Amino acid sequence: MLHTINKSPFETTTFETCIRFLVPGDPVLFIEDGVYAVQSGNKFSPTIERVLKTNPVFALGPDLDARGIGDIADGVESVDYEGFVGLVEEHQVNSWF
Amino acid sequence: MENENVKKIMHVLRHAPHGTIYTYEGLEMILIMAAYEQDLSVVFIGDGVYALKKGQDTSGISIKGFSRTFMALDGYDVEKLYVDRVSLEERGLTEEDLVVDVKVLDAEETGRLMQEQDVIIHH
Amino acid sequence: MKIGILLKEGPYNHQASDTAFKFAEAAIKKGHTVDAVFLYNDGVTNVTKLMDPPQDDRNIAARWSELSQKHGVEILACIAASKRRGISDDVLVEGSAITGLGTLTDIAIRNDRLVTFGD
Repeated sequence: MLHTINKSPFETTTFETCIRFLVPGDPVLFIEDGVYAVQSGNKFSPTIERVLKTNPVFALGPDLDARGIGDIADGVESVDYEGFVGLVEEHQVNSWF
Repeated sequence: MENENVKKIMHVLRHAPHGTIYTYEGLEMILIMAAYEQDLSVVFIGDGVYALKKGQDTSGISIKGFSRTFMALDGYDVEKLYVDRVSLEERGLTEEDLVVDVKVLDAEETGRLMQEQDVIIHH
Repeated sequence: MKIGILLKEGPYNHQASDTAFKFAEAAIKKGHTVDAVFLYNDGVTNVTKLMDPPQDDRNIAARWSELSQKHGVEILACIAASKRRGISDDVLVEGSAITGLGTLTDIAIRNDRLVTFGD
């Protein structure tokens, strides 16, 4: 199951809610304002680090670029829209917003 | 044996009622889908649990109340109603505060259920 | 792979419509079939031809219309949600149509994936 998150973790609890339901191995993809979660050195970095121990984490590159986020947490992989589609090829989708 | 033509479809209600239309229109979608004999389940997470709270009276805000409609879901063969335990507890609510019988699940159980689904729609 | 899309927000206010469009484009480019985009909640306002954004901005309704005509993607607005929001056949862009929630159920059943975009 691919989980997408499109909300800034500073604005809503979507990110914290979603990760309670993750099954180990489920990929997480941050899109839209969700990508603020993976900026390195922010309040959520320890949480991202913890999630990465059990789940692969991705962020949508065009959304990172649009928001001027160049420095993302180690282990988080940036993908483009085709990469997004690639994840959907492999998994059913659970879109959190 | 599992019927290949039956899909597991989960609806996740995460908004409080009335403040936005998401829960109401979500319920409309659930009622229509119920007629298609799919394997439906409904999960209440976060403020979604407020949709089930007893004692709602919307007569003063000119919005049609719909908490009673959840009681009708059973008649549409939508019997899998799940509530997230943490969401309920965080809000100081218990099963006694809800208008319908639900199964209270830990996040781990709900996570596993989510993983079995063909389709998940958040409202 | 056959993919259905459920879009739950209107244009411009949220990025959901833009992300859904970019996703659909990328899926088609990778050789997948995007079967339908079903519009729900405020999403039904994606297909009114009355929208007229400034020239230097994207026209979201026109963009869905083009996707439909170029790639055969059905762009379908929920009738109940449309009626609430003043969306009728008279205002639809070419390539879009109004239909019932039963159609969304069919889309969920007949596609390998249903991907939701919302807010």
